[in-house]
Amino acid sequence: MLKIDHINTFYGNIHALRDVSIEVAEGEIITLIGANGAGKTTTLMSISGIAPPRNGEIVFEGKPIHHLPPHEIVELGISQVPEGRHIFPYLSVSENLDMGSFLRKDTAGIRKDLEYVYELFPILAERRNQAGGTLSGGEQQMLAISRSIMARPRLLLLDEPSLGLAPIVVKKIFEIIAKINEENRTTIFLVEQNANLALKVAHRGYVMENGIISMTDSAANLLANDDVQKAYLGI
Amino acid sequence: MVSPAPRFLAAPRNVAQRNGLDSMDWEYTAELFLGGLTRGSIYALIALGYTMVYGIIELINFAHGEIYMIGAFTGLIVTGVLTMMGWNEVAILVIAATVAMIYSSCYGYTIEKIAYKPIRNAPRLSALISAIGMSLFLQNYVLLAQTSDFLPFPALIPEIGWWKPYSHIISSAEIVLIITTAVVMILLNFLIKFTRIGKAMRATSQDRKMAMLTGVDINGVISMTFIVGSATAALGGVLIASHIGQINFYIGFIAGIKAFVAAVLGGIGSVPGAVLGSLVLGWTESFFTGYVSSDYEDVFAFIFLVCILIFRPAGILGRSDTEKV
Repeated sequence: MLKIDHINTFYGNIHALRDVSIEVAEGEIITLIGANGAGKTTTLMSISGIAPPRNGEIVFEGKPIHHLPPHEIVELGISQVPEGRHIFPYLSVSENLDMGSFLRKDTAGIRKDLEYVYELFPILAERRNQAGGTLSGGEQQMLAISRSIMARPRLLLLDEPSLGLAPIVVKKIFEIIAKINEENRTTIFLVEQNANLALKVAHRGYVMENGIISMTDSAANLLANDDVQKAYLGI
Repeated sequence: MVSPAPRFLAAPRNVAQRNGLDSMDWEYTAELFLGGLTRGSIYALIALGYTMVYGIIELINFAHGEIYMIGAFTGLIVTGVLTMMGWNEVAILVIAATVAMIYSSCYGYTIEKIAYKPIRNAPRLSALISAIGMSLFLQNYVLLAQTSDFLPFPALIPEIGWWKPYSHIISSAEIVLIITTAVVMILLNFLIKFTRIGKAMRATSQDRKMAMLTGVDINGVISMTFIVGSATAALGGVLIASHIGQINFYIGFIAGIKAFVAAVLGGIGSVPGAVLGSLVLGWTESFFTGYVSSDYEDVFAFIFLVCILIFRPAGILGRSDTEKV
């Protein structure tokens, strides 16, 4: 479904991604794990067109997308929940959700998806008229994920959804991630520092170090791998 | 002999100029109040462009005053042509304003594409310098293409007969100005609150990167912001020129600075703030001139600005936390 083929991405003179290749099949949950500053977020930003690669190819469903502007990439069905949630602070909860469906025209489908996310996270329905910036961290993460669901993406990119959240909220968020993957057949590309958590929900994983993909395997194998255990699982 | 620099707006009549009238009488106060309201409306039409552009791309668009000036010139040219063809005043006003709005919008759109878009990711200072350069360029361009002299601008807003007895308190031209501004504000508020492009504008100003990730075409939003801001400034240009009666290539500078002060006063980036700041500035100037002195009108306006910024750096309605990371 998504094929990242030897991309190199730069921030100014910093060579952030070096020859990165990742493949994602339809219906999969794949995870990209690695330390701080390894290039995980940059990978997602390259896919979304915010930090386009200098060379290499990104192909989504047979169509090269690495030269497209971000809004056209969203239109093709790739939605990102960025690190730090990025809720529009002065838009209400329901306006934030409206922004998720910004490019959609199917009014009936939008209404149905809105009911779906309110069912998924009833707290958002309660707070629908409240400004996004006044929500707690956990609620904001729920809103950020819901906003992306409102885009009805075929590929959902999630950047550090567990960051800074209480364990019980993290558990709930990860349940929802598995649920939307199963129920909607949404393909999920999950970036996480919490490797243990990520590898448990994912089917396959990639390990990134200093801008290079150093390892790839099924999630179960990575969980059992000695090096991964030492470096990322703290075992 | 050097003639004194012409004022942007004629000062309200000073206490001393009014013979035989008690300075505290209600009519005088009402006159100052309405005079301030007119000034405030004028500032607001220009201040909107500053504040909207700042809200979206955090740039003080110093060329905005020049857009206003170009709007006034366009209005004058259209007026000249239509007057020769013998059209009536109201029709001329409507057409001159419309043409000026469209023409100035093209300028606003083009300026953004030429002077700001290529350096959007450069440090903010570069964009600021580019804006100042654009402003000087446009001033000198009009100076060369037109003239350095003051040109008379015909009064296009007719005096309404039955209003004549009250016109020393507020003229019908001023009423038209105030009402036009109010209508523009209401339309703009509707645009920002309830339309798709308005929602995209708000999202972009709050979190540009996230707006891109939800599928907003940032370039479209930025262009639209420049178009709307330029159109309101041009409308202001035509109405004010017709009210004051003369224009030259330099009017955009003074008007722009005053409107910029008003936008900062209200909280730059905030649309209601720009309107409120404009009204506060208008009334402050009007009452100060009326009751104290007309010589220090500008001085007092800027002292007032400094005080506001000391005690409320974000402006009256500004949010101190909009600084983006």
